Amino acid sequence: MTATPTRRTPEPGSWLGIPAFPKAAPGELANETQRRNLRHATTTIRAKRVVRASEVPNWEELRTAGAQIKDRVGRHLDEYLVQAEEAMTKAGITVHWARDAADANQIVAEIAKAKGVDEVVKIKSMVTQEIDLNEALEAEGIAAWETDLAELIVQLGHDLPSHILVPAIHRNRDEVQDIFTREMGLYGTPAPEGISNNPEELAAAARVHLREKFLRAKMAVSGGNFIVAETGTLVIVESEGNGRMCLTLPETLVSVVGIEKLVPTLEDLEVFLKLLPRSSTGERMNPYTSMWTGVTEGDGPQDLHVILLDNGRSNVLSDPEGRAALRCIRCSACLNICPVYERVGGHAYGNPYPGPIGAILGPQLRGMEDERDRALPFASSLCGACNEVCPVRIPFTDILVHLRHKVVEYKTAKHPTVEQGIMKGAGWVMADGSHLATVQAGERIGGRVFRGKWLGPMGPIPIAKEWLKGRDLEPLPTQNFRQWWKKNREGGQR
Amino acid sequence: MAPLTGAKVALFATCITDTVKPSVPIATVKLLERLGCRVEYPAKQTCCGQIMTNTGYFDEAVPTVRNFVETFGEYDYIVAPSGSCVGSVRDQHTMLARHAGDAGLEKEAGAVAARTYELTEFIVDVLGVTDVGAYFPHKVTYHPSCHGLRITRVGDRPERLLSAVEGIELVDLPDARSCCGFGGTFSVKNSDVSIAMATDKANNAVSTGAEYITGGDHACLMNIGGVAHRNGQHITPIHLVEILAATKEDAR
Repeated sequence: MTATPTRRTPEPGSWLGIPAFPKAAPGELANETQRRNLRHATTTIRAKRVVRASEVPNWEELRTAGAQIKDRVGRHLDEYLVQAEEAMTKAGITVHWARDAADANQIVAEIAKAKGVDEVVKIKSMVTQEIDLNEALEAEGIAAWETDLAELIVQLGHDLPSHILVPAIHRNRDEVQDIFTREMGLYGTPAPEGISNNPEELAAAARVHLREKFLRAKMAVSGGNFIVAETGTLVIVESEGNGRMCLTLPETLVSVVGIEKLVPTLEDLEVFLKLLPRSSTGERMNPYTSMWTGVTEGDGPQDLHVILLDNGRSNVLSDPEGRAALRCIRCSACLNICPVYERVGGHAYGNPYPGPIGAILGPQLRGMEDERDRALPFASSLCGACNEVCPVRIPFTDILVHLRHKVVEYKTAKHPTVEQGIMKGAGWVMADGSHLATVQAGERIGGRVFRGKWLGPMGPIPIAKEWLKGRDLEPLPTQNFRQWWKKNREGGQR
Repeated sequence: MAPLTGAKVALFATCITDTVKPSVPIATVKLLERLGCRVEYPAKQTCCGQIMTNTGYFDEAVPTVRNFVETFGEYDYIVAPSGSCVGSVRDQHTMLARHAGDAGLEKEAGAVAARTYELTEFIVDVLGVTDVGAYFPHKVTYHPSCHGLRITRVGDRPERLLSAVEGIELVDLPDARSCCGFGGTFSVKNSDVSIAMATDKANNAVSTGAEYITGGDHACLMNIGGVAHRNGQHITPIHLVEILAATKEDAR
C-alpha cells in the first residue's frame, strides 16, 4: 500500500536541528568529503576573484564608492523607499510592504491563490531562504520549485543550502547522481535510466526536469539584487539562465526584496554591476542581467509585484556599529576567503547566511534570544581576510567584536557568568604591572614544577582542556622577562 | 631616512611573551641595543587588553587602555615584538575609550597609539635599517600573522629583514596568508576548528622541509608549534626577533 503523499515538495532539512556553532562544528569537520569539496571550490573561486579584481585599475576606489552609496541609502532609506515605491507604481509594478517573514509569505500565497495557481517556479534567492517561503507555500498547498541547479540539488536532497552563491558546494557529483536518480521522478520528469556522475549528463537531466516546470508555470517568485529608486527598476542578476526563464515566461512575477537593496540611480547601479560578478563568481559581468521597469504588453510578466521586506533590517540600521552589514550585496567573497568556513562549511552556522556575513547578519536580523545566534559572533578567528575582499568594505572584524560585546551584555544582564569572572580577574591583573608581576610569580612556580616539559592533554580544567585537546603547550620558563630585566639591566650587570 | 641612533625606546614586552616566552623580549632588547637604541622597560606595563576586548568584555579592557597611556605616554617610541598587540593598541584603544565615555582618554590613547610601532616597522621605517647584521645558518619558513598583516599592516618588512640575515635559507610557506587558527579565545571557544586550522598550517610548514617556522607573533607560533609537537612533527617555532638578534658570536 502506498501512502498518499502529504507534501507536494521534498521535505527540507531543518536549521532547528543544528546545535550552536561550537557543537555543530566538530561533526562538520569530520566530514572529509565536504572538507575536500569546500577546499577545492573555495580555492578555485577565490583565485578567480583575485584575477578579475586586479583587472580593474580603480578597484579600490570602486569598493569605496560601493560602500558610500550603500551608506547613503541607509542614511536616507525613508526617502529612497518612498521614491522607489512611487516610481515602481508609476511604471506598473504593484508594491507591497512586509514587516516580517510571515507578512511576506502571506502576500506571496495570496497572490498565488488570486491567480489560481498551485505551483510556482523560483529563481535562487537568499531572501526567500531567510523567510522560509517554500515551506510557507507548501503549508498553503502551493508547490515552490527551485530552478537554480544547485538549489535543485539542495531541494531534491531534502537538504539545506550551505553557501550563498553555491548552495550545494558541499556535495560532489556522486552525491548529485544519487539524488537525481532517487528523487527526480517523484516530483516531475525522472532522470534518464543509468545516468552517470558526468556533470554534463547531470546538467542535461536537470534541464529536462526543469523545462517541464518552466513551460507549465504561470507564476514565478524571485528575490531582487537591486531596485533603482529613481526609475523604479527591479534588477536581477544570475549565471545559468534559469532566472531569465522564470522572469520572462510566466505571466506573474513576485519579487521579495529586502529594503536595503535600493540604489539611488542607474549610475550608482553601474558600480555594483562591476563589483558583484568579479567578487562573487570571478566573472567580468553577470551572464544574465534582467532589468524590469514596470510591465510591457507582450513582453515578460504582465503582472509584477514587489514585496519590500524589513524582517529585522530597520533594527540593524539603528545600530551605528553594526549597520554596515546592510551594505552586503551577497557576493560571498567573504565565505570563499574565510578559513573557518572553508573547514566547517555552511550548515554549522545554523542560518541561511553562513560564513563571515552570516556571523554578523544572522544575530542582527534575528536577535540574540537563541543560543545559536549568540555563538555566531565568536565563530571567527578575527583574521580579517573577509575585510580585505569585501567589495563594499564591510568592517567584519569590528562588527564581530561589537556583537561579541552585545552577546556579553545579554548574557551577563541577568546573572554573572564564569567567563565574566575570568575576564574581570584578567582586567584586574592587567590594570597594573605590579598585579601582573604577582601572577607571574605564580607562573614561575609552574615553570619549576614542570621543569622544561611540554604540557599535554589535561583533564577537566576548563580552558586548559580545550587548548590541550589537540595541541601541546611549550614548557613554561622559570624566569620571566620582568625578572630578567631586573637582573640584567636595572642595576644588574650589562 | 638617515639612521637614527641613540633613540630612547620604550619596550612594550607584551604580557604573553613577558610571561611565557621571555626569550622574545630579551632578544628584542639585545637587537635594539645593538642597533644603537637606549631601551627602557617601564615596569608598570601589562597588556594591550586584546583578550578582553575580543571576547566582548569592553569594561574589563578599559583599565588596560588607561594603564597603557599612563605607562607609555611620555615616550616618543614604543616598540613591541608583536603585530597583534600593536594592532590592538592602534585599532581598539580609542574605541574602548569611547565606550568608557572618556573623551580625554580617547585623545591620549590615539596619540600614544600613533607612537607605537611593531618591531619590524620600527627597524625599517624609523631606524632605516634592513640588514641588522644577524647570522642564522638555517632553513626557515615565514608565517605572516593575520593581525600583523591586516591590522598593523607590517607589509613585507619582516621578509626584507629576514632575507638580509647571513646564512639563512628562506623558503615559501604554502597558503602563507591563511590564518593559523589561534584567534585568542577562539582557540578555546572553537577549539576543534582552531586545531584543524593549525594542523593545516603545521603540515604546510613541514612540507617546506624547513627546520624553523618564524613569524612576528608569539601566540601564532605557540599555536602552530603546539599542534606540530602533538603530532610529532619536527619543526621548531621561533620568533623573528630571535633570528634577527642571533649573531656569529652566538653561533660559536
